[in-house]
Amino acid sequence: MEEAIIIEKGVIILIVFAITMLFAMYCTLAERKIAAWIQDRRGPNRAGPGGIFQPLADGLKLFSKEEFMPNTPNTFLFVLGPTISMTMALMTSAVIPWGDSLEIGGRTVLLQATDINVAMLYVFAVLSVSVYGIMIGGWASNNKYSLMSAMRVASQMISYEIAMGLSIIAVIMMSSSMSLRDIAASQHEMHWNIFYQPLAFFIFLVCSFAETNRTPFDLAECEQELIGGYHTEYSSMRMGFFLFAEYAAMFISSTLLAVLFLGAYNYPGMTWAAENWGTNVANGIGIGVLFIKICFFLFLYMWVRWTIPRFRYDQLMNLGWKTLIPLAIINIIITAVVILLNQ
Amino acid sequence: MIEILFYLLSAITLGSAFITILSKNPIHSAIWLVVCFFSIAGHYALLNSQFLAMVHIIVYSGAIMILMLFTIMLMNLNISNEISKPLVTKIVATIAFCLVGLVLVSALTQTAPAFDAYVNSGQDYQSIQVLGKVLMNEFVVPFEMTAVLLLMAMIGAVLISKKDKKIA
Repeated sequence: MEEAIIIEKGVIILIVFAITMLFAMYCTLAERKIAAWIQDRRGPNRAGPGGIFQPLADGLKLFSKEEFMPNTPNTFLFVLGPTISMTMALMTSAVIPWGDSLEIGGRTVLLQATDINVAMLYVFAVLSVSVYGIMIGGWASNNKYSLMSAMRVASQMISYEIAMGLSIIAVIMMSSSMSLRDIAASQHEMHWNIFYQPLAFFIFLVCSFAETNRTPFDLAECEQELIGGYHTEYSSMRMGFFLFAEYAAMFISSTLLAVLFLGAYNYPGMTWAAENWGTNVANGIGIGVLFIKICFFLFLYMWVRWTIPRFRYDQLMNLGWKTLIPLAIINIIITAVVILLNQ
Repeated sequence: MIEILFYLLSAITLGSAFITILSKNPIHSAIWLVVCFFSIAGHYALLNSQFLAMVHIIVYSGAIMILMLFTIMLMNLNISNEISKPLVTKIVATIAFCLVGLVLVSALTQTAPAFDAYVNSGQDYQSIQVLGKVLMNEFVVPFEMTAVLLLMAMIGAVLISKKDKKIA
């Protein structure tokens, strides 16, 4: 039995890893295609039909580029930077429920790598550690622009983590559990958190943009001021890792948004489908529904990137500290009062 | 299996703590301290205290050490700037450290029977729900005191930074 669990979890982890990589890869293409669509261009269309092999070509190009090492005494830390970024971007997926359970050969398989009691705290722990990648990489580059960018990222991420954590407390209060599986299960059918906690959803969404360093909050790689930001000195696949980590983090944060607020794998008529077509089919559709929601959020990320211009740095800090944090606290108080009155 | 993990983690904790003190470069010290904090979080996880492990990583590795790195990076501390401390400071530091160690050991021996009581109570004492109930019932006064202390520290920090602005 023990071996069966290890094999089962191993297979799930492998599949999740492969899916994350695949999504991150094709996000690079989707981003350029959507940018082209918004700006009325064609976008990349040379590699394969409609440019479908563009990510592979890009990867091959990055691998074959010269690996340039800047004049820095900290070569180890220089290599460590992108490594931490990539690892941390992939680690969050361990606690995400990708679907309800499936019955395979008389066994109930939970579609999740691990279901821990403190899943939400785990997500925040990984988030707070992921700052190190950019910070260490930016510092070890021995370049003042990189260092400034690293400082910007670190202070931005620390500031927005607070608002993010506060906004999620209201959701945890409603489901009275920190386990993502319980939170997903509490949004059965159409009881999605977005209908009960629209303010928390809005705050979490804005903070997600800031945490993944996406426009309008991508001050870390503000070309006009900082050249390339923290990856100015990076070349070849190391730079590729930084860029790739951003897309992986984007995929994971889209997943989190879908699980926390858009009802995860729940869809209207799920109980009906389970009764008439069997649980396996119903839960299988659930996985597909979750991925549709994830794709919606990925599209939203790209849509916003090509629509809204970048914030100024003081505007970013004011928004985080003076608007989002008070709003999140008010939201907690309102939720607490409503829950108490309904008891 | 768990014993091997324990010894491995202890070796990492002690080793990284020693390198933290011994390494010349302040940034390297800070990064080794982060490694040390992670292995301590591993110890908490070994003791089945998931909550403490996660909070330890969030607070120490995620917030405090990042601010520390921030300071070191911005101040550009070099070995040449380091002032060698007089002997008296070193002796006082050693004595203070020993006293703190004494407090920690006595605190641990004092809590041992209480810990057994929690284990024997049959409740899932590692879960956040039980922890929250215990904090809000038995230990509500120290808990609130800590909150007031933290609030005071925060207001103090804001006051100090405001004063600087007026002078400048």
